[in-house]
Amino acid sequence: MEILIYGIINSISLALLALGFALVYGISRVPNFAHGALYVVTGFITWSLLNTLGLNYPLSIVIAIIIIGVVGALFYQFILIRVRGMAISEIVASYAFGLAILEGLRWGGFKGLTYTLPVFIKGSINIGDIPVDYHRILVVVIGAAVVTGLWAFTHFTRVGLALRGMAQDERAALMLGIDSDRMALVAMGLGSMLAGLAGIVLLPLGNIVVEAGYNVLILAIAVCIVGGLGSWVGAVLAAFLIGFAQILTVVYWGAHFQMVVALLAIILTLIFRPSGLFGQQKELEERV
Amino acid sequence: MDIESRRKERLDRGIKVRSDGIYSVMSWRELSYLTLPRLVLILGMLVLPFVVPSVYWQRVICIVCIYALLALSFDLLAHFVGLVCLGGAFFIGVGGYIAAILNTSFGLPPFMTIPIATILGGVICTVLLLPCLPLRGVYFAIVSLMYPLILARVIEALDILGGTDGIIGVDGFSSGWVEQYFLILMVLLFLFAIRRLVNEDIGLVFRAVKDNDQAVRASGMNITFYKAQAVFIASAMGCLGGACLTHIYMWAGISLFALDFSIIPIAATVIGGAGTLIGPVLGCFILVPVSELLREFGTLRIVFYSLILMAFIVFRSEGIMVYGTRKYEQFERWVKV
Repeated sequence: MEILIYGIINSISLALLALGFALVYGISRVPNFAHGALYVVTGFITWSLLNTLGLNYPLSIVIAIIIIGVVGALFYQFILIRVRGMAISEIVASYAFGLAILEGLRWGGFKGLTYTLPVFIKGSINIGDIPVDYHRILVVVIGAAVVTGLWAFTHFTRVGLALRGMAQDERAALMLGIDSDRMALVAMGLGSMLAGLAGIVLLPLGNIVVEAGYNVLILAIAVCIVGGLGSWVGAVLAAFLIGFAQILTVVYWGAHFQMVVALLAIILTLIFRPSGLFGQQKELEERV
Repeated sequence: MDIESRRKERLDRGIKVRSDGIYSVMSWRELSYLTLPRLVLILGMLVLPFVVPSVYWQRVICIVCIYALLALSFDLLAHFVGLVCLGGAFFIGVGGYIAAILNTSFGLPPFMTIPIATILGGVICTVLLLPCLPLRGVYFAIVSLMYPLILARVIEALDILGGTDGIIGVDGFSSGWVEQYFLILMVLLFLFAIRRLVNEDIGLVFRAVKDNDQAVRASGMNITFYKAQAVFIASAMGCLGGACLTHIYMWAGISLFALDFSIIPIAATVIGGAGTLIGPVLGCFILVPVSELLREFGTLRIVFYSLILMAFIVFRSEGIMVYGTRKYEQFERWVKV
């Protein structure tokens, strides 16, 4: 029972972490290695708005998410757009950007135990005989809402349909008059906002630490690769797979192995099925 | 209706053309044109330990050389075989731990542990990477980035090989001069050996694997076998660096798997000029001392570093060496079109 409940919570958290990465990669084929940095920096922006400027909590959340969306979009417009299509340059450029943000934060003195965001609703409830605090339940609700919202957005709005068209076939989309650079810009902005949202939802469960940025990046990559790079449904399913696998290892082996599970998942998936469990198999593109 | 437009024309310098053939040995001028750049590099590196101001900077030279070995291996794999390996730290870690174990548990001296660690480490890295070798492009990049991370976590979780404390009490080199000259000679040796290698037959196959692996396969060659050979060479270089690092610090720990060893060689390759082999070495000689100078700024130096790297890869992706070679061999002029 405990495994089931915390497994679900962990899985939804992973899905939240990974959706932004999956969205950006799925649409513009840019592996956004700055994902973890965007996640962490949103937490710090919210904290600053909350404690330094004294805004109220919902308002600072909204402002922080908008800021991070704009940052992501600007980063795409001025940097990434120039190296688009060169996979390694994309990785190095975005990773360098993330590194600059994270180490800049560390230099700016954002470390230690003082940086915590308040939980949305205090208190806890007993499900069966296992105590679960309201915030974790809220994580599940928000996660489900984001997944549904994203599904609705990509199926029923013009921009969403354009994004999906680009994800499926960029050239055909270009032919139908979809501006691919503009859509990639939108995707990057949206993906950064999702990373920021994940940060704001998940960070109140602990301290905001710079190191989280690196772990989040690994987790997001793990989920996306197991699910199949570029496949959103796969990402959500893989989040459940890895989420439960992590909880099971923590229960039976110990917390040290949590990260090993994610890393092993990446390596094994890539060796045996590079396009992921639920991705489209493009054998020739990925291996010889 | 005449629009004046100009374009830049590049022509080979006369001396470059004259010194292309074997007859360049007839003239001192052409001979020196050919050998000067190489001599400057070799003599410069050999003199370097004498001109640096303090023992601290002599230590920096060793670190530079280790990074240079890594950068060379990255360049060889990425630009001659087409395997973008982001796991330099993996090689360093494996080599370092092997040297440390051999030294502390079996009591072998450094001049034994380093060659053994080089060969054995190369074999181990190759065997571990073997299942991933069929992967291409970004998939191989990600999987190789994960290897050092997972090894570090496994060592931490299982508490083997000294756990988080690492292995202490490794012997050092007999003197600072030995470690510097050993590393400098190794860098020079590998640099010229690999320059030669990529122009041999096997180098041709390597480049063919990079350009069109299906064609190589169609010629009846086993791609994975050739890739494995390249990975063995590259990882042996990395392990050599790792083994030396362990003996310099007299310690082997999880920080051998740190991301620095994966990132800085790539940055050096980008700045120095990809695919030139000499460029990455020069890049290390520029980047690592600069980052030492910036050490007092703390983590801010990593910020500078990443921003420079980003700027280079986006705006000047050809690198210093390609630029320098072009200026040395060609002249430019504007011509009316």
